[in-house]
Amino acid sequence: MDRLRRIFKLLRQRPMSMLGTAIIATFVAIAALAPVLAPPEAGTRDNYQIPQSGYSSDPVRPSREHWFGTTEQQYDLYYGMVWGARTAFKVALRVVGVSVFVGVLLGGIAGFYGGWVDEILMRMTDVVLAFPDLVLAVVIVAIYGPSLEHVMWAVMFVSWPSYARLMRGDVLSIKEREFVVAARALGASDARILFRHIIPNALYPVLIVASLSTGSVVITAAALSFLGLGAPVGYADWGQLISLSRNWIMGSSGNPFEYWHTVFIPGATIFLFVLGWNLLGDAVRDILDPLQD
Amino acid sequence: MLRYILKRLAFLPVVMFGVTLLLFICLQTLSPAMRASLYVKDPRQLAQLDAVIEKYGLNKPVYVQYGIWLRQVAHGDLGYSETAKMPVAEAIRSFLPATIELTVLAFFPILFVGVTFGVLSAVYRDRLIDHVTRFVAITGYSLPSFVLGLILLMIFYGRLHWLPPGRYTLDSDMLIHGDRFRHWSGLLTLDCALNRQWSAALDVAKHMVLPACTLLYISVALLLRITRSAMLEELGRDYVRTARAKGLPESVVVRKHALANVLIPIVTLSSLLFVGLLGGVVITETVFDFPGIGRWGVQAAQQLDVPGVLGSTMLAAFLFVLANLLSDVLYALVDPRIRVGA
Repeated sequence: MDRLRRIFKLLRQRPMSMLGTAIIATFVAIAALAPVLAPPEAGTRDNYQIPQSGYSSDPVRPSREHWFGTTEQQYDLYYGMVWGARTAFKVALRVVGVSVFVGVLLGGIAGFYGGWVDEILMRMTDVVLAFPDLVLAVVIVAIYGPSLEHVMWAVMFVSWPSYARLMRGDVLSIKEREFVVAARALGASDARILFRHIIPNALYPVLIVASLSTGSVVITAAALSFLGLGAPVGYADWGQLISLSRNWIMGSSGNPFEYWHTVFIPGATIFLFVLGWNLLGDAVRDILDPLQD
Repeated sequence: MLRYILKRLAFLPVVMFGVTLLLFICLQTLSPAMRASLYVKDPRQLAQLDAVIEKYGLNKPVYVQYGIWLRQVAHGDLGYSETAKMPVAEAIRSFLPATIELTVLAFFPILFVGVTFGVLSAVYRDRLIDHVTRFVAITGYSLPSFVLGLILLMIFYGRLHWLPPGRYTLDSDMLIHGDRFRHWSGLLTLDCALNRQWSAALDVAKHMVLPACTLLYISVALLLRITRSAMLEELGRDYVRTARAKGLPESVVVRKHALANVLIPIVTLSSLLFVGLLGGVVITETVFDFPGIGRWGVQAAQQLDVPGVLGSTMLAAFLFVLANLLSDVLYALVDPRIRVGA
């Protein structure tokens, strides 16, 4: 309880952290209230499929009927933004969650057992880390076929090694500490020592890095969607909706900004979402990092 | 020192071996018929796809196939890229200079802006320049490059017609591919200048302004943050207090004392920065239709042009590992403590 109160106090002292928390809270509300904010048409099988009003290729500017206007092929941008919030949370939380889990587990095992287990696992991280994130992710999605599911797996695959490296380093130093030796002297099994004593004590730095990198995970996933490797056209996914705007940056003759909304609205939404995570990540680091106090 | 460099160099082939292995394992999930396209250079060959599969042993066990494939790569035969409409080796020769040109053009401004404003931000902490710098850093961190790129295009191309996408205009294209044009380096701005074609050089440079600015804004954030926090840390140290107590002018304290120590993390970071740029060009080149390695890789991936994907990825990984190696060596050069440890 005391710790929680301290966290709230720290959050209050940092206005930027408050802003980040507020942004993410707003997106949580939007995602939770999606069926109310943008009710799907009756009889829709997939709520993430954005309703189309007509098939005309030219985007339509924001109006009373379409608050944020439509993209090419008349996908309603407002609907896409609202339901896209759910997609964004799903991608961010699943990718970060799974890659932290895998990284902690493999990094923990590598650091704890050492020897050839460590050698093999660390050479694996070397190989994955030898690629720029986005490049390897593009290859994986291209080979397995474009889909949102594959985008998530690809980003997980390129993300876990940094957590594993960090975890391994922490475990290496913690396993020499007295309380681990004491646990071993009491006859605790390897698994018990690793999962009850070492991992919980080595977790904080990993969590800090995870919270700081959530924003970049969202950007990488959106970039893959933007390249046409993610969700299919018409799916409520922000990156995918921006890729629909690429043909319209020129506007029409006489009005170069005619179709500004096709870029600006999904662009600003992704920006705010990532900004929220980055500000929140800074706050988490400030709170969890004891060196800051 | 030499031993340290050699030790790190020995690491390079090990990682590259792993890189090829990983790519190959990924490719094994494709059907033999799809992988056969690696070797099909002529549409007429498609009729004998089975023969191609047989000839190159695509039905053989994985390790045999890997051996065959590795031998071909070692002989420089990387296949034919359908998206580039030329052999992979030739595609690399044609696209790599463009990417290098763009990366270099963005890299030095990033270093300059990042270090200068990072230091200023720390020295004038909580003043206006600090707030502006931190705003730029946090927004640059949060803005996807494709969003920034599209907005820049909308303003500077759609509205103002100043800075078009692509590599050059039609006039420069004809000039550069004309008989009288000598290709010295493949870097077009340099080549145009050496050929004394000043308007073409200007044209090529103009086409790189927007992508370079996009890379700058996105990539400078990390450097700003690290420089600022490292500088703040150094400025709080005892030796800085001593220097001030001696009565040294503040500018000397900042430049000669604190900054010298801050340069160590910055040097290591420069490789991370290069890495960031390599990842960044993938999107940036695609948005600005800039014919470099990044755009080629993406097109190859979108159209499942396997040789193209392999060629561009292995090149990216190679440059990436090389950049990391270079940074480690530089790190050892600036910081003697590392060498002793090695």
